Amino acid sequence: MTDATANQNPAHGALTTTDARTRRRNAAEARFRLYGQIAIAIGIAALILLLTSVLSNGLSSFRQTFLFLEVTLDEKTLDKSGVRDVEVMKKVTTIGYGKLIEKSLQSAIEEHGITVEGLTDKDVSDMISKEAAALVRNKVLANPDLVGQTVPVKVLANGRIDGYLKGRVTMESAERDSNVSPNQLLLADAMRAEGLLVKSFNWGFITGADASELRPEAAGLGIAIIGSAYMMIVVLFLALPIGVAASIYLEEFAPKNRFTDLIEVNIANLAAVPSIVFGILGLAIFINVAGLPQSAPIVGGLVLTLMTLPTIIISTRAALKAVPPSIRDAALGVGASKMQSIMHHVLPLAMPGILTGTIIGLAQALGETAPLLLIGMVAFVRDFPAAPPEGFFDPAAALPVQVYNWTQRADPAFVERASGAIIVLLIFLLAMNAIAIFLRRKFERRW
Amino acid sequence: MTFGVLLLIIVAIAAAGYVLGRQRARNASGGDTRRLHSLTGYHGQSVMLFSAVPALLLLGLWLLLQPMLIENRVAGMIQPGDIPEGGSAELVMSDVRRVADGLDLVVAQGALNESDLAAMRADLTNVRSRLAEVGVAVGSEISPNVFQAAKEYRRLDTRFGTAMTIAVIAVALAGFALSLRRITPEYRARNVSEGFVLTLFIASSLVAILTTFGIVASLLVESVHFFQLYPAKDFFLSLTWNPQFRGGSDLGIWPLLWGTLYVSFVALLFAVPVGLMSAIYLSEYASKRLRSLAKPAIEILAGIPTIVYGLFALVTVGPFLRDYFAQPMGLGSSSSSVMTAGLVMGIMLIPFVSSLSDDIINAVPQSLRDGSYGLGATQSETVRQVILPAALPGIVGAILLAASRAIGETMIVVMGAGAAAKLDINPFEAMTTITVKIVSQLTGDTEFASPETLVAFALGMCLFVFTLGLNIVALYVVRKYREQYE
Repeated sequence: MTDATANQNPAHGALTTTDARTRRRNAAEARFRLYGQIAIAIGIAALILLLTSVLSNGLSSFRQTFLFLEVTLDEKTLDKSGVRDVEVMKKVTTIGYGKLIEKSLQSAIEEHGITVEGLTDKDVSDMISKEAAALVRNKVLANPDLVGQTVPVKVLANGRIDGYLKGRVTMESAERDSNVSPNQLLLADAMRAEGLLVKSFNWGFITGADASELRPEAAGLGIAIIGSAYMMIVVLFLALPIGVAASIYLEEFAPKNRFTDLIEVNIANLAAVPSIVFGILGLAIFINVAGLPQSAPIVGGLVLTLMTLPTIIISTRAALKAVPPSIRDAALGVGASKMQSIMHHVLPLAMPGILTGTIIGLAQALGETAPLLLIGMVAFVRDFPAAPPEGFFDPAAALPVQVYNWTQRADPAFVERASGAIIVLLIFLLAMNAIAIFLRRKFERRW
Repeated sequence: MTFGVLLLIIVAIAAAGYVLGRQRARNASGGDTRRLHSLTGYHGQSVMLFSAVPALLLLGLWLLLQPMLIENRVAGMIQPGDIPEGGSAELVMSDVRRVADGLDLVVAQGALNESDLAAMRADLTNVRSRLAEVGVAVGSEISPNVFQAAKEYRRLDTRFGTAMTIAVIAVALAGFALSLRRITPEYRARNVSEGFVLTLFIASSLVAILTTFGIVASLLVESVHFFQLYPAKDFFLSLTWNPQFRGGSDLGIWPLLWGTLYVSFVALLFAVPVGLMSAIYLSEYASKRLRSLAKPAIEILAGIPTIVYGLFALVTVGPFLRDYFAQPMGLGSSSSSVMTAGLVMGIMLIPFVSSLSDDIINAVPQSLRDGSYGLGATQSETVRQVILPAALPGIVGAILLAASRAIGETMIVVMGAGAAAKLDINPFEAMTTITVKIVSQLTGDTEFASPETLVAFALGMCLFVFTLGLNIVALYVVRKYREQYE
């Protein structure tokens, strides 16, 4: 520094004592550092908040309130003819079975000596899920010999009663609610003390079909899981071969010209097209023009294939690029054709990278919702799709769309179900990513 | 014959082709395979490819075209009088399809046989109750014409199905026979099958172009259709969005565009500082250990599906903002709001901004940092006055990419922003976006004749053009910047 500038700053003393300006600069430094720490804290806090919100709302959906009852399957109501012909017995609707269950519930309450003031018979029977009769009916139709016996059954309790045991419904809210009365909740308490009402793991949530608006307790994810699985199969079988083939051409064979440039630009742009636009494509081309059925896994699979292709192509090309040229040269040197050098040497060496990219692409596709809404996957589906390949054309749901569907319903019990469905979805994603990481760790080679 | 069986037959023919082709090549060589131009496997492969690929292509094409052909033929049978008041030809066609499916079921269950069905007439028997027996519900009474059309539909469907089976198997066998006959010791089977495979590779890489073409075509065709029914001037200039399902709706894009931009702005206002600062901290300050923990943690946010964010907005963030901010401040009482959607979308964009900026900051040469430290600058001064200006174009590109993501994002706004199309300043008010309206106009029973449905395609077109423009600019900026330091 020259004397002239030193004179402008006469207070400048020894280096060991900090002057005002240095303190200011140090403070600015500390502040900047703090901003960075805050930013990271916000990011991590958001992640934790997101996961706790989903877990705390959704974990309870894996457990459900059941009623343990001894139901007398009265021959007079269920099978008047007495020949146990299933076709004849099908004439008895769920109403007949419902009456039997109600009767057994009432007698169980009497047996245990539970008395609650001001409860009508209807109040008592409303404790049972409307789905219970259908479950018992299916059980009897599957095994007609049960008729005439008294069998122990485990039936779903009404969604509000379930909500009470999970703390979602309280005495105060019950007073305002037309679907449940405080007296019913008192009865539920008494029944719980007697062991008639028990919470246990709810397999129906994972394997069962969706249920209507009024029966949140019976809604399950079975069809959604199958639908998502079918779509993933379609994506895997289309996107992986097409993606790998396209990458091999672009990376190994394509001459550098305008045409291949066009393809490259296209792929880069497709990766950034909003997912909903792919839904519009699916609706316009696959459903309206090609006449494929709505809400079928094949259409969802095709749309997701087109969306996943750029991801797979980009990661496959990176994996091919990572294989050193010496491998290709060596293969060519011992007389292999170009195609042989790639198919026999480069591709197997690039395979771990390709598979990792594919799994990550599949995981993305699994969580995609918006395009599926447009191709009719929101429809209410009660019947399980058939086995593939015909099943690909049957209506089905998909996991993320099922979540959306449930959030659109009025009963708050569905919010719990939606969060539970998200937990299932996240478990699948976690598993897929874990496999991808495992593959990368285990097989990745560094040259 | 079902689709699956047909597929299995083709696979079987192809497998037989491989085995026989190899066999024939070996025989042709007279026991000494060195006399062959190509390895026997390549002979087998060429037979396999020529039998399977053309047949599969034909199968795919046929499946694509068959419904169109049948529908064209059957649509001619529907008289104008069959179309009910307020309905459309498409609805009648879907009735025809449903009746035809129902009849299939009736026959499959053995309640009727084909000759009974041929004699059945809609004006004599009650078709509707017959269908109800097998569980097919048809909304309105079935008119004789619709019933005849359904029968014709079934007849054509089975006939086309048989024709397809025969044609596909014939093509497979022809390919099989021709390629098998070509096998001689001199036959260059390797070159042929490699050329074939290369053609398949090129065809695969064309899928990307076809997809773009499909997107543009489907958006354009239906948008043009829309603008024939609804004046383009009103769409682009009107300030009200008020679809009425009886016609006379206002379909102005401005309220939706405003909502989209407002939500994206809030999201970027949150995501850019947080993402950028965490990228700076992680690349310039953080210890190796913190970096190895915090970076993956933030990147997990990028792997979470948007539906999860949507639920988070709906269940947690929305009610929280309403109870603790909007209501106490008297700004509104809706849990879905611009703020809710914007904040949650901001969280989603954090990893996007931070990982892109991280790459860009790392690309700034170390010499610039060293020079700055050498002049006595502190670390934060170096970041602010040297690194950020040097990385600015790249960061702008990253922000543009994030903006395009925000504009195209659907599930978070569907579940968090609300459905009311409004031009409002209050961020705690529910507003709606282009993507929300695309979803709401296209889900449920849609009929592709009304402007209320078709408007979704025009909206999709705007969205596509918008995000594509942003992406092209962003990619250009990022690429330009990268070249600078390479």
